[in-house]
Amino acid sequence: MEEKLTLFKNRKRFGIEKNIDIIFKNTALVLSSFVAIILLGIILVVFFQSFESFARYGLKFLVTSEWNPVKDEYGAFTAIYGTLVTSFLSLLITIPLGVGTAIFITEDFVPKVFREIIGSFVELLAAIPSVVLGLWAIFVMEPFFRAFFVFLHNFFGWIPLFSTEPTGRNSLLAILILVVMLLPIVTSIARDSLNQVPKKLRNAAYGIGASRWKTIFSVILPAALSGIMAGVLLALGRAMGETMAVTMIIGNSNAFSWSILSPGYTISSMLANQFGEADGSQVSSLFYAAFVLMILSLVVNIFAQWLVKKFSLKY
Amino acid sequence: MNSLYYQKRLSRNIGDKFFTSLSVICALIAILPLIFLVTYILIKGGSQITPELFTLEPNPPGDDLDAGGINPALIGTLIITTIASIIAIPVGIGGGIYLAEYSKGGAFSRFIRFGVNVLAGVPSIIAGVFIYALIVSTKILFGSMYSGLAGGMALSILMLPTVIKTTDEGLKLVPNELRYASLGVGASMYTTILKVTLPSAFRSIATGVVLGIARAAGETAPLIFTALFSYYYITGFGDLFYEMGSLAVLIYNFALEPYDAQNKLAWAASFILVLSILSVNIFSRILGAFTEKTKRV
Repeated sequence: MEEKLTLFKNRKRFGIEKNIDIIFKNTALVLSSFVAIILLGIILVVFFQSFESFARYGLKFLVTSEWNPVKDEYGAFTAIYGTLVTSFLSLLITIPLGVGTAIFITEDFVPKVFREIIGSFVELLAAIPSVVLGLWAIFVMEPFFRAFFVFLHNFFGWIPLFSTEPTGRNSLLAILILVVMLLPIVTSIARDSLNQVPKKLRNAAYGIGASRWKTIFSVILPAALSGIMAGVLLALGRAMGETMAVTMIIGNSNAFSWSILSPGYTISSMLANQFGEADGSQVSSLFYAAFVLMILSLVVNIFAQWLVKKFSLKY
Repeated sequence: MNSLYYQKRLSRNIGDKFFTSLSVICALIAILPLIFLVTYILIKGGSQITPELFTLEPNPPGDDLDAGGINPALIGTLIITTIASIIAIPVGIGGGIYLAEYSKGGAFSRFIRFGVNVLAGVPSIIAGVFIYALIVSTKILFGSMYSGLAGGMALSILMLPTVIKTTDEGLKLVPNELRYASLGVGASMYTTILKVTLPSAFRSIATGVVLGIARAAGETAPLIFTALFSYYYITGFGDLFYEMGSLAVLIYNFALEPYDAQNKLAWAASFILVLSILSVNIFSRILGAFTEKTKRV
């Protein structure tokens, strides 16, 4: 690329054409810096808007769960707990499913046509809007799982996670719909990193007499691990910020409970629910919650990118 | 002496069988939701499709005899995504051109590429919060608060990373020989980019951009407090500065209504949204497969 540019710089040009060239280049430069401007703008705007609330409640905001616009008392612990518990538990279910599916798609268990069909099916699932998944969750998934939740409570009610009587909409439903949304992400990224593992590693393992799954577990998965990890982190970021489907099914209650069978809140569902009608110091508190969400997802995203950069091209 | 023939009862072979069936089950579980979801939407939503659906305004909830149509939401979605595209496509393609054609891999371009990835990971609702603070609450647009224009801006933030990324990657695939040939016959840099590299990367850029638009059309979170929702027909240009309905927000609002008629409207809107998004996706997939085949020849 550089060679091309020097070649071009040494050439004599008419003034107008030269100017157009410079203008073109600088326009492109300005347009590309828009990304940085928007990103910084988002961070600064959300930070300054949350300042009033930050000054009043400080870090207490993060550990109390009172949310009372009448008394002007705000704490986002319920939402933060909900965000963390829904995203981590949904990832816990998604990782084995997604990696298993990715292995199925990349290894030759069935003819290529079937693998490609399944692969594109999973990717099409990612294109379904989250609000439609929420609609489906309300009318199809919730009635379907109701009996199962009652069973879960009756047998495992002694675990705090299942300690409340299941109500219509609850956190566990949000976790399940998140699994459906995260599966395509984890699967497609795991598939890409499995595909990038060089053929010779696999052949070497087969050559010394390893069985297929011994090869997968001891050679291919470790080689693809960093890519899979990065995919999992990206999915975690997505899960924490996911709004619509979660808002529609989680029940939107600020009453704190350890149990995932009770209605809950996540930061994003709280924003979706209250932003339209909020006023006064509630707005600032919502911005504070948004700031917490943004920091959480930024940290996860940057860590994912660092992981990709650090470990890619190892083989 | 161990036989070299395949032995079914060997523990390693039994283990292999077990894990193989496990991964088959994983794949089945992964595609079951999609099959259930799509068939359910096609049946449930498809049965609600009538000509009036496309021409009428939705009736306000509570009137559970007849829900009306989704005309304003349909037009609103078209308008809001068009606004988002008008902002995001030029900015994104320009930025992508800079990254692929001009930058030399220095600190600035690395930072921008990093920023693109970070921006792609920002939760969509944060984009809504940002536009709310910047445009809705300040009433900067002729004193109006919620507006279709603000909704389009929020969606453009979500489209921007996709457009930049696809442009950058599409241009990188163009062989350098083409650029040398063009510069060699005396073309300037901008003619080379506009007349040679961009056209040869056109199809991959267009595919990415269209997928980005389809994605934005289904986004809801940034719209619920930027464009809000409207029950009324969009009649003229001035409506851009007022609340505007969209299919996605209609689904959200009417799914939570206790009335059956409104719920049915939500299913019908989902049918239209899902059908159009899936067909765009499948079309671009076929197009991609087709170009790959022709390239190899």
